[in-house]
Amino acid sequence: MFMFRIFLPATALCLISSVCEAQHPNLGRPLTPEEISKLDITVAPDGSGLPAGSGSVSAGANVYSEKCQSCHGARGQGGPQDQLTGGVGTIASEKPVKTPVSYWPSATTIFDYVRRAMPLQSPQSLTNDEVYAVTAYILSIDKIVPEDAVLDAKSLPQVKMPNRDGFVRWWPVPKR
Amino acid sequence: MERRDRVKNDKTKVGALAGGATARNGFDRRTLLRAGVFAAGIAGIGSGIAQAAESIGADAPEWMKAPGRSFSTYGVPSKWQEKVQRVIAFPPGRPGTGSSRTPLHLLEGTITPNGLHFERHHNGVPDIDPSRHELVIHGLVKRPLAFSVETIMRYPMESQIHFVECSGNSGSFNQPEPQQTTAGGLNGLLSCSEWTGVRLATLLGEAEVTREAKWVVAEGGDAAAMSRSVPLEKCLDDAMIALYQNGEAIRPEQGYPMRLLLPGFEGNMNVKWLRRLKVMDQPVNARDETAHYTELMPNGKARQYMFLQGVKSAIIKPSFGMNMKGPGSYEVSGLAWSGSGRISKVEVSADGGKSWAVAALTAPVLSKALTRFRLAWQWDGRPSTLMSRATDEKGEVQPTRSAWVSQYSPVQFYHFNGIQGWRIEADGTVKHVYV
Repeated sequence: MFMFRIFLPATALCLISSVCEAQHPNLGRPLTPEEISKLDITVAPDGSGLPAGSGSVSAGANVYSEKCQSCHGARGQGGPQDQLTGGVGTIASEKPVKTPVSYWPSATTIFDYVRRAMPLQSPQSLTNDEVYAVTAYILSIDKIVPEDAVLDAKSLPQVKMPNRDGFVRWWPVPKR
Repeated sequence: MERRDRVKNDKTKVGALAGGATARNGFDRRTLLRAGVFAAGIAGIGSGIAQAAESIGADAPEWMKAPGRSFSTYGVPSKWQEKVQRVIAFPPGRPGTGSSRTPLHLLEGTITPNGLHFERHHNGVPDIDPSRHELVIHGLVKRPLAFSVETIMRYPMESQIHFVECSGNSGSFNQPEPQQTTAGGLNGLLSCSEWTGVRLATLLGEAEVTREAKWVVAEGGDAAAMSRSVPLEKCLDDAMIALYQNGEAIRPEQGYPMRLLLPGFEGNMNVKWLRRLKVMDQPVNARDETAHYTELMPNGKARQYMFLQGVKSAIIKPSFGMNMKGPGSYEVSGLAWSGSGRISKVEVSADGGKSWAVAALTAPVLSKALTRFRLAWQWDGRPSTLMSRATDEKGEVQPTRSAWVSQYSPVQFYHFNGIQGWRIEADGTVKHVYV
């Protein structure tokens, strides 16, 4: 690159730098940390992105019966929409029953998904406490967390999902 | 080259080929000649000479005898084409979730009309006001930035022709019995467009990703805020923020005002209504990359983050619903594609895979785009099984259905790319069969 430069006349350098500016117009508006924190709803398996707040299994049972049960059935057994509980231990069988509890590797996914997308008719309406609580309730049904569990940003990533070791990374694509 | 392949493939019929006759299976490497046109034209002369007292209108169709319609501000297909519609096989369980399919069996060429591009939504199609929409880039970057739609329009653009295929496409092939439905019903979660927009690498370059960055989590501005983890290397390669589809602003069903386009990667990752990109050091196990779009194997382990759409092809003509009109000349044609690059070869068999002929590929043959293949076929009226097998420029060959199925759990249906077959019965009926 350096070698290339010294052989170029000054006019050519100008031309190239104006082309470079056109390729990088730098028109983005800088964002403040406050703006980012309002937009950033991503929760990672290590718990990064989880908000303040907490929720108990019992509080979650109330949220569930009021806002989730009409689609997902009593205790998450499904109908008319997806089954949320059960199926633990079936994944390697002839008839795997994939549910968030039996199949998903991390509990943070339940929080992340419910907070961004549920309930279907009024997504993003639950408070952070309600999302923690309903996550705790769903996980309590198959005894993934105890009846007296209270989930928050610290305890949720610690929850051990039954199928946490069930996935093989396929990116980068393994060489044959 | 094509000729050499053809001959190599069918050594027993070299003599017949040189004489211009059809080869084994009835395949001819040349496209069908329109031999009948000339004769019909000549026969027409002299048969309708008008008498002096008559106007020529007596024999003219009504649309030649009165002025046609005036201009329209946005054209629509002919009323005679009203059956060319997206296929909605399974009524969605609730409004705005589920999918509709491109009617591949009712289309030609390789570009999908915008109104027929397949749809897959997770909570309906949002009606986004572009003046209130921004694309935000943050996370492991030196300069977190927001780009308005108006701003992105000022960036240098490029156009690329690429397919988008849902990884659930052709999912019914995991069933024990072949589903009797059209080629679009089976394979229509697949479309191809010319996409125009801004290279994502340009915008990431301005935000300047840090050394720890490995993944980019993309999020849509729909009522599901659908999100997926994308490898950073793809974002810095051929990923595009697509704004236009076949020359017009992207349709709402395809992500208006902008979508992420990841050529060759599974459809779900091409996040529509794109509003946020968070640069991270890890993927996030988003719901759609754990609950869905993972490949469960018989031992209970699942492949995760399997992004590339495999090399694949399907015969579209003939296919279910297009019954043969007796023995004679037909063109067999179909589509081939690969998430890894260009299609290098498509072979066609009419005897259930005993022998294969090399099809002609209609130019242009583009990387990660639909490619049309064609082959003239003389059907002798006997029961036949048509199949196609694609190879891409990386040397990957489309597997058999049984080889594909044996890799996975019985409930697994994502990323099916096995060889497909159509059975032509003696009466001309076309049935879907496993081969």
